[in-house]
Amino acid sequence: MELIELRDIHKTYHIGDIAVPVLKGVSLAIARGEMVALMGVSGSGKSTLMNLLGCLDHPSFGEYWLDGDAVSQLSSDQRAMLRNKKLGFVFQNFNLLPRTSALENVSMPLTYTASHLSERQMRRRAEEVLRHVGLGDRMDHEPSQLSGGQQQRVAIARALVNNPPLLFADEPTGNLDSHTSEEVLAMFQELNRRDGITIILVTHDANVAAYARRTIHIHDGLIVDGSFGGAVGRADGGARAATPPSLPPGGAK
Amino acid sequence: MKGYRTIRTAMKALLRNPLRAMLTTLGIVIGVGSVIAMMEIGEGASTAMAKSFASMGANVLMVMPGTAASGGISFGGGSMTTLTPDDCTEIAKRCPSVRLVAPTVRARTQLVYGSRNWVPSSMYGTTPTYLGIRDWTVSEGKCFTDSDVQTGGQVCLLGQTIVRELFDGLSPIGKEIRVKNVSMRVVGVLGPKGSNMMGMDQDDIVLAPWKTIKYRISGSPLQSTNQSAAGNSSSSSINTLSNVYPSEATSMYPAQSAVQQADNPMPVRFANVDQIQASARSAAEIPAAIDEMTAVLRDRHHLREGEPDDFNIHDMTEMASAFSENTNTMTNLLLAVAMISLVVGGVGIMNIMLVSVTERTREIGLRMSVGARSRDILRQFLVEAVVLCLVGGAIGILIGQVVSYLVWRLKHWPVETSPTAMTAAVIVSAAVGILFGFYPAWKASRLDPIEALRYE
Repeated sequence: MELIELRDIHKTYHIGDIAVPVLKGVSLAIARGEMVALMGVSGSGKSTLMNLLGCLDHPSFGEYWLDGDAVSQLSSDQRAMLRNKKLGFVFQNFNLLPRTSALENVSMPLTYTASHLSERQMRRRAEEVLRHVGLGDRMDHEPSQLSGGQQQRVAIARALVNNPPLLFADEPTGNLDSHTSEEVLAMFQELNRRDGITIILVTHDANVAAYARRTIHIHDGLIVDGSFGGAVGRADGGARAATPPSLPPGGAK
Repeated sequence: MKGYRTIRTAMKALLRNPLRAMLTTLGIVIGVGSVIAMMEIGEGASTAMAKSFASMGANVLMVMPGTAASGGISFGGGSMTTLTPDDCTEIAKRCPSVRLVAPTVRARTQLVYGSRNWVPSSMYGTTPTYLGIRDWTVSEGKCFTDSDVQTGGQVCLLGQTIVRELFDGLSPIGKEIRVKNVSMRVVGVLGPKGSNMMGMDQDDIVLAPWKTIKYRISGSPLQSTNQSAAGNSSSSSINTLSNVYPSEATSMYPAQSAVQQADNPMPVRFANVDQIQASARSAAEIPAAIDEMTAVLRDRHHLREGEPDDFNIHDMTEMASAFSENTNTMTNLLLAVAMISLVVGGVGIMNIMLVSVTERTREIGLRMSVGARSRDILRQFLVEAVVLCLVGGAIGILIGQVVSYLVWRLKHWPVETSPTAMTAAVIVSAAVGILFGFYPAWKASRLDPIEALRYE
């Protein structure tokens, strides 16, 4: 079963009386354990799709299943719970809390839902994840004392602290130099391969997208390429988005 | 999110910018500090007031003669000459709620000792029980006796001020002072009492047996004691010290107008006194004492049913309550001012919290994206405001205490710690935090995570 399934998603913004359609019927499926890149130029609806996939927004029309839950029908509080349990976000500008240690940045998501964990368990979990991303010796450093790559790794640790099955990375290398970018992307690959975490990379950079096993191209509110992995292709995938995937399907783990 | 985690998160968020947190809460600190200082000084003032009332004598009741009127013309309070020393004895005998009772006769005249002279502000002729009524002690020597009162002995007690003025602080016991050419032996010195609530020096006093004052010195009833009046000035007539009754103009039987005589067809009394002072057994028995005294006096004055009293009984509790009402009004006024400063402090908190919400928009977006519900965000910012206010309140309590301590040390105003004020301050500052923290917190919780994450 797919982790993500989108069927005929529309999203229209209303600016005053003018309706601006941004997504015009997007359908796609992503299987568990895939590493997918979402590519498109700015204004293509890439960010909107990413927000919808990340449960930060709800579609105007259409259906979205995430791990068996019909997200379209959830209230904003339920979506918040879902984000906490099933999604991790990594942002271009890291979004770490200033003047707060790496450890506390990482354990922050736990404070919202993990009321079953004691302080010590929370701390241990955060330490574990930080070691996992190779920052075992930087736990008490504040973001200002860390390099860009280290900050992004703290952000990745924060995204992983709740053991989510799905990780969103929104231009994760946009603020990093090429060397660090490679490191971070390699880390994503490793997370995908070793831990089986499904990863969606949102980018406009083909070099970054190359790290993914499948690339979904979005243009002008429609998916032009890569909406389904070959193994899970569907007949009703949308007439306009029927181009077969250009990359081999990500093998479900 | 668990409560203590919220509080910890709030504390951490505040400590990320400690200087700003301090400045934000300054309004609350000042507000609470002034409330505490006001309350402590106010409470101290009312305690001092209570003490000063106690110094006037506990549960004192004063019986004043009524106002005589003739043909529609009032002669002023005390112009009726109806109170007698016998009334006093009767009250002592027949009123169980009255502990002590003493007649007083007032005079105002010059004291002479050696080359010094002094006019005391009060000069009372009374009985030894007067000291009991006023809670007064004799610090040196002893009081005159009842037999001195009976015989009109030429003895007196002096207050501290007079000892200072006439004797330069030396012991006056056994010395003779001259009062209107009557020689009086000082038998005792009264303990110090300080000034009363009206600011009158209570130590500027001479006490003597009432018969002595009435017949040897004053020689006239109340209405003319303070007149420089005619006829009794000793300087204009020749007097010798051996003259026992120098004011010969005085009639033993006070003259009554024709109308008074017609109105009061009763035997003329031998002597009247200016006032009767009594003290009730306890504050609770004051009303009973007043009733009993009224009954006795009406009976003795042969007043018929429906006839108005020819005397007035004053009780100090009325005055005490009037005074404490005054202090309460002042305290409330100052409290209101302090409350206004609390509100101003609250507005300051709201202002900075709004700035903080704007500034931390990205943080809010991030928290939402990792799973904070809008109510978590609301709670976090609300708790931040409340923590800020409570910390401010705690510092304010400390500062208020320091201020009232300084006032006590430097200005010697009486102060008193007030637990009520502290509780109120804590509650009020928490309330201010909730009230003024709510809007910014609500605003934060309404943010759209997408917009918030993208906010620059």
